[in-house]
Amino acid sequence: MKQSEFDVVVVGGGHAGCDAAHAAARAGARTALVTLKMEGIGVMSCNPAIGGLGKGHLVREIDALDGVMGRVADLAGIQFRLLNRRKGPAVQGPRAQADRAVYRAEMLREMTSCPGLQVLTGEVTDFIMQGDRVVGIVLADGSEVHARAVVLTTGTFLRGLIHIGDVSYSGGRMGDNAANKLGERMESFGLPLGRLKTGTPPRLNGKTINWDVLEDQPGDDEPVLFSFLSKGVNLRQVACGITHTNTRTHEIIRENLDRSAMYGGHIDGVGPRYCPSIEDKVVRFADKESHQVFLEPEGLGDDTVYPNGISTSLPEDVQHDYVRSMKGLEQVEILQPGYAIEYDYVDPRALDMRLSLRDVPGLYLAGQINGTTGYEEAAAQGLVAGLNAAKEALGEDPVIFSRTDSYIGVMIDDLTTRGVSEPYRMFTSRAEYRLSLRADNADQRLTPKGIEVGLVGDSRRAAFEAKMARIGAGRAILDNTTVTPKQLNTAGIRVGEDGKQRTLYQVLAFPETSVVDLVGLAPDLGDLDPETQEQLRRDALYATYIQRQQNDAQALQKDEARGIPQNFDYEHLDGLSNELKSKLLRIRPSNLAQAGRIEGMTPAALALILSRINRAQKEKSA
Amino acid sequence: MDTIFALASAPGRAGVSVIRISGPGAFPALTRFGLTAPAPRAAALRLLRDGDEVLDQALLLAFAGPASFTGEDAVELHLHGSPAIVASTLRILGEVDGLRMAEPGEFTRRALENSKMDLAQVEGLADLIDSETEAQRRQAQRVFSGKLGEVVQGWRKDLIRAAALLEAVIDFADEEVPVDVRPEVTELLDRVSVSLEAQAKGAEVAERVRQGFEVAILGAPNAGKSTLLNFLAGREAAITSNVAGTTRDVIEVRMDLRGLPVTLLDTAGLRETEDEVEAIGIARARERAELSDLRIYLLEPGEISPRIELRPEDIVLRGKADESGDSAGISGVTGQGVDALIARLSTYFSDRTSLVATATRERHRLAILRALGDLSQAREMLANPVYTEDLIAEELRSAIRALDSLVGIVDVENLLDEIFSSFCIGK
Ligand SMILES: Cc1cc2nc3c(=O)[nH]c(=O)nc-3n(C[C@H](O)[C@H](O)[C@H](O)COP(=O)(O)OP(=O)(O)OC[C@H]3O[C@@H](n4cnc5c(N)ncnc54)[C@H](O)[C@@H]3O)c2cc1C
Repeated sequence: MKQSEFDVVVVGGGHAGCDAAHAAARAGARTALVTLKMEGIGVMSCNPAIGGLGKGHLVREIDALDGVMGRVADLAGIQFRLLNRRKGPAVQGPRAQADRAVYRAEMLREMTSCPGLQVLTGEVTDFIMQGDRVVGIVLADGSEVHARAVVLTTGTFLRGLIHIGDVSYSGGRMGDNAANKLGERMESFGLPLGRLKTGTPPRLNGKTINWDVLEDQPGDDEPVLFSFLSKGVNLRQVACGITHTNTRTHEIIRENLDRSAMYGGHIDGVGPRYCPSIEDKVVRFADKESHQVFLEPEGLGDDTVYPNGISTSLPEDVQHDYVRSMKGLEQVEILQPGYAIEYDYVDPRALDMRLSLRDVPGLYLAGQINGTTGYEEAAAQGLVAGLNAAKEALGEDPVIFSRTDSYIGVMIDDLTTRGVSEPYRMFTSRAEYRLSLRADNADQRLTPKGIEVGLVGDSRRAAFEAKMARIGAGRAILDNTTVTPKQLNTAGIRVGEDGKQRTLYQVLAFPETSVVDLVGLAPDLGDLDPETQEQLRRDALYATYIQRQQNDAQALQKDEARGIPQNFDYEHLDGLSNELKSKLLRIRPSNLAQAGRIEGMTPAALALILSRINRAQKEKSA
Repeated sequence: MDTIFALASAPGRAGVSVIRISGPGAFPALTRFGLTAPAPRAAALRLLRDGDEVLDQALLLAFAGPASFTGEDAVELHLHGSPAIVASTLRILGEVDGLRMAEPGEFTRRALENSKMDLAQVEGLADLIDSETEAQRRQAQRVFSGKLGEVVQGWRKDLIRAAALLEAVIDFADEEVPVDVRPEVTELLDRVSVSLEAQAKGAEVAERVRQGFEVAILGAPNAGKSTLLNFLAGREAAITSNVAGTTRDVIEVRMDLRGLPVTLLDTAGLRETEDEVEAIGIARARERAELSDLRIYLLEPGEISPRIELRPEDIVLRGKADESGDSAGISGVTGQGVDALIARLSTYFSDRTSLVATATRERHRLAILRALGDLSQAREMLANPVYTEDLIAEELRSAIRALDSLVGIVDVENLLDEIFSSFCIGK
């Protein structure tokens, strides 16, 4: 039996797995990425697109920490759009249509060229245990890989069940086997498991689409990329087509509802409300006569088209009929039918903020296995789990993200304290500090942290420091130049004669004011490059709000810093209501801030918990 | 760190009411009353002012952190107990930037964080939590029952809808959602604001509902006021004598009037006088009566019309009916007409209680005021296209957060529920 030694083993080469393995290796751990097959690395199971609202923020944060998703998406992008361009920068989200094949190839290159990272193939069927601790994995061929920490990122594969109409069979996704042995192994840990489901539309042959009669949706003229290091697009850019469902389409669907896996009662798992199947849309919004469908090319060298908006679990013949009822698709050929998939997930409340299972030391979980959906959510968790697995393996301090510093922190806090009731997806509205957690300042927020914990390489570090120096210089000019209303009006910036002196930074916060407008008042500003000017404007725009939130954020950070031991004895804490006790026991908050968010919590109850922690610490140090 | 304040002694008409302020803004907050902090740990007697108006003569204690009960800079104001004064003081403090009313247990929590609490004292917290929970439960029941419950649910619904609309155009910009939600959001926020404003006004009365109504008994000297008061109170609370001008200043008697807490004020008799001291007493009586919820004017035998300008709700009665033999009069000696008076008072106040039916605490009023400020900001921004949805949403979030204690916590899940049930989202 072959044996090998690693600090960290990551299981699964999907989006969570890739960023997990890369992060672990960057953090200095000898890392192995074990996945079913090489061609499976970086596969996008569903939609060939990265980013979007909230999700684009996550990709930027991953990039700020030197992760791979943003870089790879930039190389594979065939259409870039910045969503919410006309709304404030805080809610703008970069999104890209990706060439699937290029995405996979570039991701594979990242994995195979990363120092300290080795890719192995095989099906993981079991864990090697030492007491209740996971110390490695066992492959289907019986070989063992030992490690100090294991990160599991098996996506939809744990006891995956594919449904097309009334046909269902075991599978991890179309064309892949499910991981049933591992699923059973997970169950044996006594973890809280649940079932979720998701679906995907049929894939179409682009050569059989009548593009001439369809509207198209082009990308932005000036593409906004994901990575702070990318300079420009890599591939030829293309447009997507747009078609619509119509009353005929809806009729076909309605007539066949009982043949849909979902409506026929074959599926128990809960699906995401923001990704309803076309059956769902037709039933729930019965008075709507038409829905938009985006026809997204899956790559430059590939004729496959992804029809975004019609995911389904109807039988193949019905899919065929309803797709052909749409304009431009009259003759279309289906390359792969749409389907729904049901899979096991682990209630993420069983995890701590490192994404490590509380009751199974040495085992970390990331990605869809934790009840989320989406590549970006998966990759961001991968980064956190991989990093912390490395830290544990190397005997270093954990790295925790906070709701006040990142969307990553928001997501992990949401997952570990609230769990999920449907597949979890990021939205900007989940971030209470949305105005400070912007996609444009992800590097300012996180790269210093990344440098500190050893996650950021030299070239990014140098680029970041140079950028901050430019911003710092611009900021100094803005802060040190004070102007009167009269000066402003002379410079063409309309302001009431209120006699108030303002710094140029304050002036920059006026809506629709740019650095260029201020050059007359401080000529040195003209020397700043346009990107620095723009970043200064974005920072200034929200300055007052951010200041307002600072009190809140500081109080929260203070509470986040006060850890609650996992074995904290709530049972014997007099003065807590039974209801509160049982909630605390179930959620086992990692820190005081999480405890404070539990419904029904009062400051007095928090004080009580705090006093116990203090006492325990005193006794320890005494 | 926020600066927090709260009434530390039991609410109501205690002899002295203590308001505590703790945090970096505690000392600066005193300037709002025209004061500076006295030397630490030395009590000082000072006039508390609201602008030009004197609120009260208060005992002022300042503690510089960390040598204070919370470990922060702290101030104690010992007031003269009148609920009206306490309410005004709390209201003013709530208007100071950076100050907010403490959550229950928050002082304790701060004390504990700054190691100002002996760990042995912790056991005491258990009781505190129990009683707080009970008090909160009762409070919540009171607030959310009946008419007010409906009003509050209405706010909640409108606020969720407004926030969901804004979030929908932000988070689902690439989906089939309406492009311009501003008109509907504006309409919703206008409606909530109008209702909140009405409550903010009403809430002041509601505060008094909780702490009791004041009824002033006015009339010429020796019109029989004190005798009547004594009869009503069933005990010798006011000194009565036949020498005009015996009741100087104001005497208060608290009583339970068919379930409603009512305080009767016996005032100095109204008449022209050369006596300076008595003149002050009369002035005070008029002032106090002016602030009371209801006035009873007793006409002395032979007097034709009251010596004050009547308000529509004033009750005018003929006093000393035992002497005059007036069958329509009232007497504190025989008790004639007293039952009718009590019936009249209790009807009047019950009517008013159900009329206001509003938030019962200053906390709620402050919350409402804060929310109103944020909402007016949001409404202004809605009307001006240069302000983007993210900023408007921020103001709205802030308003909703301020109203937490009234409408309940509004969570992102509530907004998503509203969004997914209204719009067909999903590619
Ligand atoms: C049908 C379908 C529809 C979807 N629809 C949407 C959608 O509409 N919107 C959306 O945001 N997201 C959707 N997704 C989800 C998106 O694909 C996932 O969220 C994302 O890929 C999860 O990333 P992951 O890294 O957790 O898992 P995956 O990307 O699934 O990767 C799992 C990896 O683990 C490997 N693996 C599994 N088991 C083993 C084992 N035992 N041993 C070794 N390797 C193993 C696999 O080979 C694979 O490489 C859909 C997914 C599917 C399958």
